Amino acid sequence: MGMPISHIMTSGMSGIRAAGDLVARMQFAKSMRVGDAKNYVAKKLNVSTDDLSDEYVMRELREELGIGVITSVAGAPKGIAAKMNIEKLLDIKINCCEKFRKQLK
Amino acid sequence: MATEYKLRMGDGKRVFMTREQIVADIKEGMADAADLGSIPELTEDEIDKLVDILIMPSRMVGVELGKEVPVTHDIGTIRLDGDQGNSGVGIPSSRLIGSMMHERAFGADTMELGHIDYSFKPAKPVIAQEMQTMEVCQQNMVIPLLYGAMPNMGLYYTPDGPFENPGDLMKAFKIREAQESMEHAAKHLTRDTVWIMQRMMSSGSDGVNFDTVGAAGDGDMYASLHAVEALRKQYPDMYIEVGMAGELLLGLHGEMEYDGVTLAGLWPHQQAPLAAKAGANIFGPVVNTNTSRTSPWNLGRAVTFVKAAVKASPIPCHVNMGMGVGGIPMFETPTIDAVSRASKAMVEIAGVDGI
Repeated sequence: MGMPISHIMTSGMSGIRAAGDLVARMQFAKSMRVGDAKNYVAKKLNVSTDDLSDEYVMRELREELGIGVITSVAGAPKGIAAKMNIEKLLDIKINCCEKFRKQLK
Repeated sequence: MATEYKLRMGDGKRVFMTREQIVADIKEGMADAADLGSIPELTEDEIDKLVDILIMPSRMVGVELGKEVPVTHDIGTIRLDGDQGNSGVGIPSSRLIGSMMHERAFGADTMELGHIDYSFKPAKPVIAQEMQTMEVCQQNMVIPLLYGAMPNMGLYYTPDGPFENPGDLMKAFKIREAQESMEHAAKHLTRDTVWIMQRMMSSGSDGVNFDTVGAAGDGDMYASLHAVEALRKQYPDMYIEVGMAGELLLGLHGEMEYDGVTLAGLWPHQQAPLAAKAGANIFGPVVNTNTSRTSPWNLGRAVTFVKAAVKASPIPCHVNMGMGVGGIPMFETPTIDAVSRASKAMVEIAGVDGI
Protein backbone atom coordinates (compact mmCIF):
# COMPACT_ATOMS: atom_id res chain seq x y z
CA MET A 1 0.00 0.00 0.00
CA GLY A 2 2.84 2.37 0.82
CA MET A 3 4.41 1.79 -2.56
CA PRO A 4 1.64 3.20 -4.80
CA ILE A 5 1.19 6.13 -2.44
CA SER A 6 4.95 6.78 -2.58
CA HIS A 7 4.72 6.88 -6.40
CA ILE A 8 1.70 9.20 -6.27
CA MET A 9 3.53 11.55 -3.90
CA THR A 10 6.82 11.39 -5.84
CA SER A 11 5.67 11.60 -9.43
CA GLY A 12 1.88 11.53 -9.72
CA MET A 13 -0.50 14.28 -10.81
CA SER A 14 -2.77 13.97 -7.73
CA GLY A 15 -5.87 12.73 -9.55
CA ILE A 16 -8.96 14.88 -8.94
CA ARG A 17 -7.08 16.92 -6.32
CA ALA A 18 -5.60 18.51 -9.46
CA ALA A 19 -6.01 17.35 -13.10
CA GLY A 20 -4.28 13.95 -13.17
CA ASP A 21 -7.43 12.13 -14.23
CA LEU A 22 -7.90 14.44 -17.22
CA VAL A 23 -4.33 13.98 -18.49
CA ALA A 24 -4.62 10.21 -18.00
CA ARG A 25 -7.90 10.21 -19.96
CA MET A 26 -6.21 11.84 -22.94
CA GLN A 27 -3.35 9.33 -22.79
CA PHE A 28 -5.90 6.53 -22.93
CA ALA A 29 -8.47 8.10 -25.24
CA LYS A 30 -6.03 9.32 -27.90
CA SER A 31 -2.78 7.48 -27.06
CA MET A 32 -1.16 10.85 -26.35
CA ARG A 33 2.36 11.07 -24.90
CA VAL A 34 2.43 12.89 -21.57
CA GLY A 35 3.57 16.23 -23.03
CA ASP A 36 0.86 16.24 -25.69
CA ALA A 37 -1.81 15.18 -23.20
CA LYS A 38 -0.82 17.97 -20.80
CA ASN A 39 -0.84 20.56 -23.59
CA TYR A 40 -4.27 19.38 -24.77
CA VAL A 41 -5.84 19.50 -21.30
CA ALA A 42 -4.18 22.80 -20.38
CA LYS A 43 -5.55 24.41 -23.54
CA LYS A 44 -9.06 23.13 -22.83
CA LEU A 45 -8.90 24.42 -19.24
CA ASN A 46 -7.18 27.65 -20.23
CA VAL A 47 -4.39 27.12 -17.68
CA SER A 48 -0.66 26.40 -17.93
CA THR A 49 0.64 22.82 -17.99
CA ASP A 50 2.24 23.41 -14.57
CA ASP A 51 -1.21 24.31 -13.21
CA LEU A 52 -2.46 20.79 -14.01
CA SER A 53 -0.62 19.43 -10.96
CA ASP A 54 -1.36 22.46 -8.78
CA GLU A 55 -4.09 21.70 -6.27
CA TYR A 56 -4.51 25.39 -5.45
CA VAL A 57 -5.39 26.25 -9.05
CA MET A 58 -7.43 23.14 -9.79
CA ARG A 59 -9.56 22.95 -6.61
CA GLU A 60 -11.71 25.95 -7.47
CA LEU A 61 -11.57 25.42 -11.21
CA ARG A 62 -12.83 21.85 -10.93
CA GLU A 63 -15.78 22.94 -8.83
CA GLU A 64 -16.55 25.76 -11.26
CA LEU A 65 -16.45 23.36 -14.23
CA GLY A 66 -18.44 20.66 -12.43
CA ILE A 67 -15.87 17.94 -13.13
CA GLY A 68 -15.60 16.42 -9.66
CA VAL A 69 -13.79 17.40 -6.47
CA ILE A 70 -12.65 15.32 -3.51
CA THR A 71 -15.09 16.80 -1.02
CA SER A 72 -18.87 16.34 -0.89
CA VAL A 73 -19.96 19.75 -2.11
CA ALA A 74 -23.75 19.77 -1.94
CA GLY A 75 -25.34 19.87 -5.37
CA ALA A 76 -22.04 19.62 -7.24
CA PRO A 77 -21.87 17.03 -10.07
CA LYS A 78 -20.43 13.71 -8.91
CA GLY A 79 -19.77 10.37 -10.58
CA ILE A 80 -21.34 10.09 -14.04
CA ALA A 81 -22.65 13.67 -13.96
CA ALA A 82 -19.09 14.95 -13.46
CA LYS A 83 -17.83 12.64 -16.21
CA MET A 84 -20.45 13.99 -18.62
CA ASN A 85 -18.99 17.44 -18.02
CA ILE A 86 -15.49 16.00 -18.61
CA GLU A 87 -16.71 14.59 -21.96
CA LYS A 88 -17.76 18.07 -23.08
CA LEU A 89 -14.65 19.74 -21.71
CA LEU A 90 -12.17 17.35 -23.36
CA ASP A 91 -14.28 16.59 -26.45
CA ILE A 92 -14.22 12.82 -25.85
CA LYS A 93 -16.79 10.11 -25.22
CA ILE A 94 -16.73 8.14 -21.95
CA ASN A 95 -18.16 4.62 -22.06
CA CYS A 96 -20.25 4.73 -18.86
CA CYS A 97 -21.75 8.08 -19.87
CA GLU A 98 -22.79 6.58 -23.20
CA LYS A 99 -24.39 3.67 -21.36
CA PHE A 100 -26.13 6.05 -18.94
CA ARG A 101 -27.59 8.13 -21.80
CA LYS A 102 -28.93 5.00 -23.48
CA GLN A 103 -30.77 4.06 -20.28
CA LEU A 104 -32.73 7.33 -20.17
CA LYS A 105 -36.30 7.10 -21.48
CA MET B 1 37.95 8.88 4.48
CA ALA B 2 35.52 9.06 1.55
CA THR B 3 31.91 10.04 2.26
CA GLU B 4 29.55 7.12 2.27
CA TYR B 5 25.90 7.39 1.25
CA LYS B 6 22.96 5.34 2.52
CA LEU B 7 21.55 3.20 -0.27
CA ARG B 8 19.73 -0.11 -0.68
CA MET B 9 20.34 -3.58 -1.98
CA GLY B 10 17.85 -5.11 -4.41
CA ASP B 11 16.19 -6.86 -1.46
CA GLY B 12 15.82 -3.56 0.40
CA LYS B 13 18.64 -3.99 2.93
CA ARG B 14 20.62 -0.85 3.86
CA VAL B 15 24.06 -0.55 2.25
CA PHE B 16 26.71 2.19 2.48
CA MET B 17 28.53 3.23 -0.70
CA THR B 18 31.01 5.91 -1.80
CA ARG B 19 30.28 8.05 -4.87
CA GLU B 20 32.86 6.08 -6.83
CA GLN B 21 31.19 2.80 -5.93
CA ILE B 22 27.78 4.19 -6.91
CA VAL B 23 29.04 5.34 -10.31
CA ALA B 24 30.77 2.01 -10.90
CA ASP B 25 27.57 0.07 -10.09
CA ILE B 26 25.38 2.32 -12.25
CA LYS B 27 27.75 1.81 -15.17
CA GLU B 28 27.86 -1.93 -14.65
CA GLY B 29 24.05 -2.23 -14.54
CA MET B 30 23.71 0.06 -17.53
CA ALA B 31 26.27 -1.94 -19.52
CA ASP B 32 24.40 -5.16 -18.74
CA ALA B 33 21.15 -3.71 -20.16
CA ALA B 34 22.89 -2.20 -23.19
CA ASP B 35 24.60 -5.50 -23.93
CA LEU B 36 21.51 -7.69 -23.50
CA GLY B 37 19.14 -5.43 -25.42
CA SER B 38 21.66 -4.04 -27.94
CA ILE B 39 20.49 -0.58 -26.90
CA PRO B 40 22.35 2.68 -26.22
CA GLU B 41 23.97 3.35 -22.85
CA LEU B 42 23.05 6.39 -20.78
CA THR B 43 24.95 9.62 -21.45
CA GLU B 44 27.47 10.98 -18.92
CA ASP B 45 24.95 13.71 -18.00
CA GLU B 46 22.28 11.10 -17.34
CA ILE B 47 24.66 9.06 -15.19
CA ASP B 48 25.52 12.21 -13.20
CA LYS B 49 21.81 12.95 -12.77
CA LEU B 50 21.16 9.41 -11.54
CA VAL B 51 23.98 9.73 -9.00
CA ASP B 52 22.54 13.05 -7.81
CA ILE B 53 19.11 11.46 -7.33
CA LEU B 54 20.55 8.48 -5.46
CA ILE B 55 22.61 10.54 -3.01
CA MET B 56 20.01 13.20 -2.21
CA PRO B 57 20.02 13.51 1.59
CA SER B 58 16.23 13.61 1.99
CA ARG B 59 14.40 10.46 2.97
CA MET B 60 11.89 11.03 0.16
CA VAL B 61 12.55 12.81 -3.12
CA GLY B 62 10.14 14.02 -5.82
CA VAL B 63 10.11 15.02 -9.47
CA GLU B 64 10.68 18.64 -10.34
CA LEU B 65 7.53 20.79 -10.33
CA GLY B 66 5.82 20.52 -13.71
CA LYS B 67 7.29 17.10 -14.51
CA GLU B 68 4.55 15.07 -12.80
CA VAL B 69 3.04 12.13 -14.74
CA PRO B 70 -0.21 10.16 -14.45
CA VAL B 71 -0.08 6.98 -12.40
CA THR B 72 -1.93 3.80 -13.39
CA HIS B 73 -2.40 0.82 -11.10
CA ASP B 74 -2.34 -2.92 -11.18
CA ILE B 75 -4.07 -5.13 -8.58
CA GLY B 76 -6.67 -2.39 -7.93
CA THR B 77 -8.45 -2.45 -4.61
CA ILE B 78 -7.03 -5.86 -3.72
CA ARG B 79 -4.11 -3.99 -2.17
CA LEU B 80 -6.59 -2.82 0.45
CA ASP B 81 -8.99 -5.72 1.01
CA GLY B 82 -6.85 -8.61 -0.21
CA ASP B 83 -4.28 -10.33 1.97
CA GLN B 84 -2.32 -13.32 0.74
CA GLY B 85 0.75 -12.50 2.77
CA ASN B 86 2.11 -10.25 0.03
CA SER B 87 0.86 -6.87 -1.14
CA GLY B 88 -2.67 -6.73 0.31
CA VAL B 89 -3.25 -5.32 3.77
CA GLY B 90 -6.47 -7.18 4.57
CA ILE B 91 -8.76 -4.31 5.47
CA PRO B 92 -12.36 -5.51 5.22
CA SER B 93 -13.86 -3.14 2.65
CA SER B 94 -15.82 -3.29 -0.59
CA ARG B 95 -14.26 -2.64 -3.95
CA LEU B 96 -16.35 0.52 -4.28
CA ILE B 97 -14.91 1.81 -1.02
CA GLY B 98 -11.41 0.87 -2.15
CA SER B 99 -11.85 2.65 -5.48
CA MET B 100 -13.27 5.79 -3.88
CA MET B 101 -10.49 5.84 -1.29
CA HIS B 102 -7.92 5.79 -4.07
CA GLU B 103 -9.73 8.60 -5.91
CA ARG B 104 -10.63 10.93 -3.06
CA ALA B 105 -8.07 10.15 -0.35
CA PHE B 106 -4.92 8.89 -2.08
CA GLY B 107 -4.80 11.17 -5.14
CA ALA B 108 -4.83 8.36 -7.71
CA ASP B 109 -4.98 9.52 -11.33
CA THR B 110 -6.63 6.29 -12.52
CA MET B 111 -7.89 3.13 -10.85
CA GLU B 112 -8.83 -0.39 -11.76
CA LEU B 113 -11.24 -3.03 -10.56
CA GLY B 114 -10.00 -6.58 -10.24
CA HIS B 115 -11.26 -9.96 -9.12
CA ILE B 116 -9.76 -11.22 -5.84
CA ASP B 117 -7.84 -13.93 -7.76
CA TYR B 118 -6.79 -11.24 -10.28
CA SER B 119 -6.72 -13.48 -13.37
CA PHE B 120 -9.17 -13.40 -16.26
CA LYS B 121 -10.12 -17.09 -16.09
CA PRO B 122 -11.51 -17.17 -12.51
CA ALA B 123 -13.56 -14.04 -13.27
CA LYS B 124 -15.71 -16.03 -15.74
CA PRO B 125 -17.90 -17.88 -13.19
CA VAL B 126 -18.55 -14.65 -11.27
CA ILE B 127 -18.93 -12.34 -14.27
CA ALA B 128 -22.37 -11.08 -13.18
CA GLN B 129 -20.84 -9.96 -9.86
CA GLU B 130 -17.98 -8.25 -11.68
CA MET B 131 -20.40 -6.44 -13.98
CA GLN B 132 -22.56 -5.21 -11.10
CA THR B 133 -19.53 -3.98 -9.19
CA MET B 134 -18.22 -2.15 -12.24
CA GLU B 135 -21.58 -0.42 -12.74
CA VAL B 136 -21.78 0.69 -9.13
CA CYS B 137 -18.20 1.94 -9.16
CA GLN B 138 -18.66 3.83 -12.44
CA GLN B 139 -21.72 5.57 -11.01
CA ASN B 140 -19.59 6.98 -8.20
CA MET B 141 -16.13 7.45 -9.67
CA VAL B 142 -14.67 10.32 -11.69
CA ILE B 143 -11.17 9.07 -12.54
CA PRO B 144 -10.74 6.48 -15.34
CA LEU B 145 -11.65 3.03 -13.98
CA LEU B 146 -10.36 0.02 -15.91
CA TYR B 147 -10.99 -3.68 -15.37
CA GLY B 148 -7.65 -5.29 -14.56
CA ALA B 149 -6.51 -8.90 -14.57
CA MET B 150 -3.61 -11.17 -15.44
CA PRO B 151 -3.81 -13.29 -18.63
CA ASN B 152 -2.08 -16.01 -16.57
CA MET B 153 -2.07 -18.72 -19.24
CA GLY B 154 -0.73 -21.21 -16.72
CA LEU B 155 -4.29 -21.64 -15.46
CA TYR B 156 -5.18 -23.42 -18.71
CA TYR B 157 -2.81 -26.33 -18.06
CA THR B 158 -3.29 -29.41 -15.91
CA PRO B 159 -4.02 -29.65 -13.01
CA ASP B 160 -5.82 -26.26 -13.16
CA GLY B 161 -7.03 -26.36 -16.76
CA PRO B 162 -7.94 -28.58 -19.69
CA PHE B 163 -4.63 -28.78 -21.56
CA GLU B 164 -1.68 -30.99 -20.75
CA ASN B 165 1.07 -29.18 -18.92
CA PRO B 166 3.82 -28.20 -21.42
CA GLY B 167 6.43 -28.54 -18.67
CA ASP B 168 5.53 -32.20 -18.19
CA LEU B 169 5.47 -32.79 -21.95
CA MET B 170 8.85 -31.17 -22.46
CA LYS B 171 10.35 -33.29 -19.69
CA ALA B 172 9.22 -36.31 -21.74
CA PHE B 173 10.82 -34.73 -24.86
CA LYS B 174 7.35 -34.29 -26.44
CA ILE B 175 8.25 -30.88 -27.79
CA ARG B 176 5.65 -30.62 -30.56
CA GLU B 177 2.92 -31.79 -28.17
CA ALA B 178 4.02 -29.13 -25.68
CA GLN B 179 3.82 -26.47 -28.38
CA GLU B 180 0.35 -27.66 -29.39
CA SER B 181 -0.80 -27.46 -25.78
CA MET B 182 0.37 -23.84 -25.63
CA GLU B 183 -1.37 -23.04 -28.91
CA HIS B 184 -4.67 -24.48 -27.61
CA ALA B 185 -4.30 -22.62 -24.31
CA ALA B 186 -3.58 -19.36 -26.13
CA LYS B 187 -6.78 -19.66 -28.18
CA HIS B 188 -8.84 -20.25 -25.06
CA LEU B 189 -7.17 -17.38 -23.22
CA THR B 190 -7.89 -14.95 -26.06
CA ARG B 191 -11.49 -16.13 -26.22
CA ASP B 192 -12.04 -15.85 -22.45
CA THR B 193 -10.43 -12.42 -22.20
CA VAL B 194 -12.54 -11.00 -25.00
CA TRP B 195 -15.70 -12.57 -23.53
CA ILE B 196 -15.04 -11.06 -20.11
CA MET B 197 -14.19 -7.62 -21.45
CA GLN B 198 -17.25 -7.52 -23.71
CA ARG B 199 -19.31 -7.86 -20.56
CA MET B 200 -17.28 -5.36 -18.58
CA MET B 201 -17.59 -2.84 -21.43
CA SER B 202 -21.36 -3.36 -21.43
CA SER B 203 -21.23 -2.43 -17.74
CA GLY B 204 -19.50 0.88 -18.37
CA SER B 205 -15.84 0.01 -17.89
CA ASP B 206 -13.42 2.56 -19.31
CA GLY B 207 -11.29 -0.30 -20.57
CA VAL B 208 -8.85 -3.00 -19.57
CA ASN B 209 -5.45 -3.41 -18.01
CA PHE B 210 -3.66 -6.56 -19.13
CA ASP B 211 -1.31 -7.04 -16.20
CA THR B 212 1.78 -9.29 -16.26
CA VAL B 213 1.55 -10.17 -19.95
CA GLY B 214 4.01 -12.92 -20.87
CA ALA B 215 4.12 -14.47 -17.39
CA ALA B 216 3.54 -17.88 -18.99
CA GLY B 217 5.89 -17.16 -21.87
CA ASP B 218 5.46 -16.21 -25.51
CA GLY B 219 2.05 -17.97 -25.75
CA ASP B 220 0.75 -15.70 -23.00
CA MET B 221 1.72 -12.60 -24.99
CA TYR B 222 0.47 -14.11 -28.26
CA ALA B 223 -2.96 -14.66 -26.69
CA SER B 224 -3.00 -11.21 -25.07
CA LEU B 225 -2.07 -9.36 -28.27
CA HIS B 226 -4.80 -11.18 -30.18
CA ALA B 227 -7.28 -10.26 -27.45
CA VAL B 228 -6.17 -6.61 -27.65
CA GLU B 229 -6.60 -6.72 -31.42
CA ALA B 230 -10.13 -8.16 -31.19
CA LEU B 231 -11.18 -5.70 -28.48
CA ARG B 232 -9.79 -2.71 -30.35
CA LYS B 233 -11.70 -3.79 -33.47
CA GLN B 234 -14.96 -4.02 -31.52
CA TYR B 235 -14.41 -0.97 -29.26
CA PRO B 236 -12.44 1.77 -31.06
CA ASP B 237 -12.58 4.10 -28.01
CA MET B 238 -11.75 1.52 -25.32
CA TYR B 239 -8.83 2.28 -22.98
CA ILE B 240 -6.30 -0.57 -23.25
CA GLU B 241 -3.12 -0.90 -21.19
CA VAL B 242 -0.66 -3.74 -21.73
CA GLY B 243 1.77 -4.25 -18.85
CA MET B 244 4.43 -6.92 -19.04
CA ALA B 245 5.47 -9.59 -16.54
CA GLY B 246 9.21 -9.46 -17.06
CA GLU B 247 11.95 -7.78 -19.05
CA LEU B 248 12.59 -10.73 -21.40
CA LEU B 249 9.71 -12.54 -23.06
CA LEU B 250 10.46 -16.19 -22.40
CA GLY B 251 10.25 -18.47 -25.42
CA LEU B 252 8.48 -21.44 -23.90
CA HIS B 253 6.93 -22.20 -27.30
CA GLY B 254 9.72 -20.59 -29.25
CA GLU B 255 8.04 -20.20 -32.63
CA MET B 256 5.00 -18.02 -31.96
CA GLU B 257 4.85 -14.83 -33.98
CA TYR B 258 2.80 -11.65 -33.95
CA ASP B 259 2.79 -9.39 -37.02
CA GLY B 260 5.66 -11.45 -38.44
CA VAL B 261 7.82 -10.98 -35.32
CA THR B 262 8.96 -13.96 -33.27
CA LEU B 263 7.86 -13.26 -29.71
CA ALA B 264 10.44 -15.35 -27.90
CA GLY B 265 13.34 -13.31 -26.58
CA LEU B 266 11.89 -9.83 -27.03
CA TRP B 267 13.16 -7.03 -24.76
CA PRO B 268 11.01 -4.06 -23.63
CA HIS B 269 11.94 -1.80 -26.58
CA GLN B 270 10.89 -4.61 -28.95
CA GLN B 271 7.68 -5.45 -27.06
CA ALA B 272 6.28 -1.89 -27.06
CA PRO B 273 5.75 -1.54 -30.86
CA LEU B 274 3.86 -4.87 -30.91
CA ALA B 275 1.52 -3.77 -28.12
CA ALA B 276 0.86 -0.58 -30.08
CA LYS B 277 0.32 -2.50 -33.31
CA ALA B 278 -2.28 -4.72 -31.61
CA GLY B 279 -4.18 -1.62 -30.48
CA ALA B 280 -3.03 -0.81 -26.94
CA ASN B 281 -3.08 2.83 -25.78
CA ILE B 282 -0.47 2.43 -23.06
CA PHE B 283 2.47 0.02 -22.69
CA GLY B 284 4.01 -0.98 -19.38
CA PRO B 285 7.66 -2.04 -19.70
CA VAL B 286 9.16 -4.19 -16.96
CA VAL B 287 12.76 -4.57 -15.80
CA ASN B 288 13.37 -7.11 -13.06
CA THR B 289 15.26 -6.27 -9.88
CA ASN B 290 18.28 -8.37 -8.92
CA THR B 291 18.11 -8.80 -5.13
CA SER B 292 21.84 -9.49 -4.87
CA ARG B 293 22.87 -6.23 -6.52
CA THR B 294 22.71 -2.64 -5.25
CA SER B 295 20.08 -0.02 -6.07
CA PRO B 296 22.56 1.91 -8.29
CA TRP B 297 23.18 -1.28 -10.30
CA ASN B 298 19.47 -2.09 -10.56
CA LEU B 299 18.41 1.45 -11.34
CA GLY B 300 21.20 2.01 -13.87
CA ARG B 301 20.06 -1.15 -15.63
CA ALA B 302 16.32 -0.43 -15.41
CA VAL B 303 16.56 3.17 -16.57
CA THR B 304 18.68 2.12 -19.57
CA PHE B 305 16.15 -0.51 -20.66
CA VAL B 306 13.11 1.73 -20.09
CA LYS B 307 14.63 4.76 -21.80
CA ALA B 308 15.07 2.63 -24.94
CA ALA B 309 11.48 1.34 -24.66
CA VAL B 310 10.09 4.88 -24.31
CA LYS B 311 12.02 5.92 -27.42
CA ALA B 312 10.89 2.93 -29.48
CA SER B 313 7.26 3.04 -28.38
CA PRO B 314 4.64 4.76 -30.56
CA ILE B 315 2.30 4.91 -27.52
CA PRO B 316 2.74 6.28 -23.98
CA CYS B 317 4.82 4.12 -21.63
CA HIS B 318 3.77 3.68 -18.00
CA VAL B 319 6.72 1.83 -16.48
CA ASN B 320 5.94 -1.01 -14.07
CA MET B 321 7.34 -0.05 -10.68
CA GLY B 322 5.91 -2.50 -8.22
CA MET B 323 7.80 -4.67 -5.78
CA GLY B 324 10.80 -6.18 -7.52
CA VAL B 325 10.64 -4.31 -10.84
CA GLY B 326 11.80 -0.98 -12.24
CA GLY B 327 14.60 -0.57 -9.72
CA ILE B 328 12.24 -1.06 -6.76
CA PRO B 329 13.52 -3.49 -4.10
CA MET B 330 12.02 -6.99 -4.09
CA PHE B 331 10.35 -6.61 -0.72
CA GLU B 332 6.74 -6.46 0.43
CA THR B 333 7.22 -3.12 2.17
CA PRO B 334 9.67 -1.38 -0.16
CA THR B 335 11.37 1.54 1.50
CA ILE B 336 10.13 5.01 0.63
CA ASP B 337 13.67 6.29 -0.01
CA ALA B 338 14.22 3.60 -2.67
CA VAL B 339 10.75 3.91 -4.26
CA SER B 340 10.82 7.69 -4.55
CA ARG B 341 14.35 7.69 -6.04
CA ALA B 342 13.46 5.06 -8.62
CA SER B 343 10.22 6.91 -9.44
CA LYS B 344 12.03 10.22 -9.97
CA ALA B 345 14.77 8.60 -12.08
CA MET B 346 12.24 6.95 -14.39
CA VAL B 347 10.43 10.24 -15.01
CA GLU B 348 13.44 12.53 -15.30
CA ILE B 349 15.96 10.25 -17.03
CA ALA B 350 14.04 7.47 -18.79
CA GLY B 351 11.33 9.97 -19.80
CA VAL B 352 8.34 7.76 -19.03
CA ASP B 353 4.82 9.05 -19.75
CA GLY B 354 3.49 7.60 -16.51
CA ILE B 355 4.03 5.02 -13.81
